[in-house]
Amino acid sequence: MPIFSLTIKSLWNRRYTAFLTLLSIALSVTLLLGVERVRTEARSSFANTLSGTDLVVGARSGPIQLLLYSVFRIGNATNNISWQSYREIADRPEVAWSVPLSLGDSHKGFRVLGTNQDYFKHYRYGNKQPLAFAEGAVFTDLYDAVIGAEVARKLHYRLGQEIVLAHGAGAVSFVQHADKPFHIVGILKRTGTPIDQTVHVSLQAIEAIHVDYRDGAPLPGHHISAEQARSMDLEPKAITAFLVGLHSKVATFRLQRWINEYPEEPLLAILPGVALQELWDMIGVGERALLAVSTMVLLVGLTGMLTVLLASLNERRRELAILRSVGARPWQLFLLMVSEASCLTALGAVFGIGLLYLVLLIARPFIESQFGLQLGVGMLTPHELNLLVLLMGGGLLIGAIPAWRAYRYSLADGMSIRV
Amino acid sequence: MSSSETIVAIKDLEFRWVPDGLPVLAFEHLHITRGERVFIKGASGSGKSTLLSLLGGVITPQRGSVEVLGESLHTLGGAGRDRFRADHIGFVFQMFNLLPYLSTIDNVILPCRFSRRRRERALSRDANLETAALRLLDHLDLADPAALARPVTELSVGQQQRVAVARALIGAPELVVADEPTSALDWDRREAFLQLLERECEEQGITLIFVSHDPSLEPLFDRTVALAELNRNCH
Repeated sequence: MPIFSLTIKSLWNRRYTAFLTLLSIALSVTLLLGVERVRTEARSSFANTLSGTDLVVGARSGPIQLLLYSVFRIGNATNNISWQSYREIADRPEVAWSVPLSLGDSHKGFRVLGTNQDYFKHYRYGNKQPLAFAEGAVFTDLYDAVIGAEVARKLHYRLGQEIVLAHGAGAVSFVQHADKPFHIVGILKRTGTPIDQTVHVSLQAIEAIHVDYRDGAPLPGHHISAEQARSMDLEPKAITAFLVGLHSKVATFRLQRWINEYPEEPLLAILPGVALQELWDMIGVGERALLAVSTMVLLVGLTGMLTVLLASLNERRRELAILRSVGARPWQLFLLMVSEASCLTALGAVFGIGLLYLVLLIARPFIESQFGLQLGVGMLTPHELNLLVLLMGGGLLIGAIPAWRAYRYSLADGMSIRV
Repeated sequence: MSSSETIVAIKDLEFRWVPDGLPVLAFEHLHITRGERVFIKGASGSGKSTLLSLLGGVITPQRGSVEVLGESLHTLGGAGRDRFRADHIGFVFQMFNLLPYLSTIDNVILPCRFSRRRRERALSRDANLETAALRLLDHLDLADPAALARPVTELSVGQQQRVAVARALIGAPELVVADEPTSALDWDRREAFLQLLERECEEQGITLIFVSHDPSLEPLFDRTVALAELNRNCH
């Protein structure tokens, strides 16, 4: 095909402008695919925060608020659930397992979660993956703590280290439970969920560190030491929320309704999958805006190419006339222009993809540690390939504009060279 | 075949660029026979370029017929005329004849990329297209390897025009049409250039149509056609 080799040589002759055009397309491709990867990953890691749990139960508020504080450790519960209510629901025949959650304390900005050993047995994330230990094991002693991967990484904690919990959930707390230090007995493997940023202790431990507190503040002149606390009755009076697994999914809605109409206290049971979806729909606006912006950037890149091609067309009328005189047909000149645009778009896409992988390789550890997103460096997904096909289609369409003009010129100018 | 001796036959021609404008060209007939070297003289604006476009079949007249090599161009259709032009006619223009991004050799063999006939004719004489191009360039005193290695944009105007002649001649088309190819050359170079061009055309039996406004070149040709007179004849 003589036209294709002419395209390449002609482009090479104008390599500086061609390279800049290519670069702008490459950068916009990188941006679009990068945004797309972050989006997909954010969505899936979000949706995979909690799986295998049939109901999340808390004090009556909104479903999203309940989801935020119980699963994402964001914000606070408006109210607690009494231990009696929890026991009554947990003992119902359709309930296979339940995990109580008690929130409210923190450690150096990380939330402290009071729970029991069942948490490590029943909690599932991602594709129903259980929690796994990188080091150590589940807490057994009253003052044992199990920390998430991010807590360990950021605070450089190792097994056996002693930590002090702070009262309240703020990043800076003025009241420390310094009299009752904890030992780290387990470090969980990274999950990419809020669990990585959680310090887990037993429910009894939560009771123990608050045994000399009343209404959320220490009782003056009424100190109980760590050892004294061990011998006291540490059954919790209230918890923040609990997760429920059922024997049969069929019972989910019935139990949900039963809990929502529970007469003893106002409770709320939610289906985590539905609530996660609702929450994503709410915060997904930003993500869609990001996609819109990166699509716009791509359009700008293509428009830039159109500008360059159209601007060069005028100086190239001579070239077109010469080609006509040596026997090029008008459709071959059309093809010359279109293949030039396609060439730029395709090379831009290839460069863009290369750049994307380079950026991913470099930025991956940072993104993972900062945002808990594990961006894949795998092959292009079908969705991404679709985007690239769309891009190529756009490039072809855009190339058709100067190509059409070249075609018209070549018919109108013939072989006479007009400058 | 009597038509084999006739290279160009134009009859009752009328051509207008705009439908209700004045005709740019209007004459009864123009006849050119094989092997002739015809000088078509005309000031700028007299319709020289239009005549060349008609001969090349890039445009077709509103009235009359243009026959080249016995083919009536308007019956060929657009694609047929493109092919006919590529196969049978070589062009040399005033200046800037070459594609800046191709080497000298590639510029010369360009017509062979678009016309199978000219490729085959070139290959019937030389082993490959490069040899054919080099032979032609050598005949035109352009075989200096140092000059050939340079980008075509760095060649002198005279060298560029000779490359253009080599391109028009490769694959031995029946007709070479030159549009003011000497106007960018120095005076003393013009004659040498024309002699080279004529010698090559004669050697290969190619008919040459040379268009210029410069009457001083007239004596170098077999015959002169003054476009102004031709046009007037029809009135």
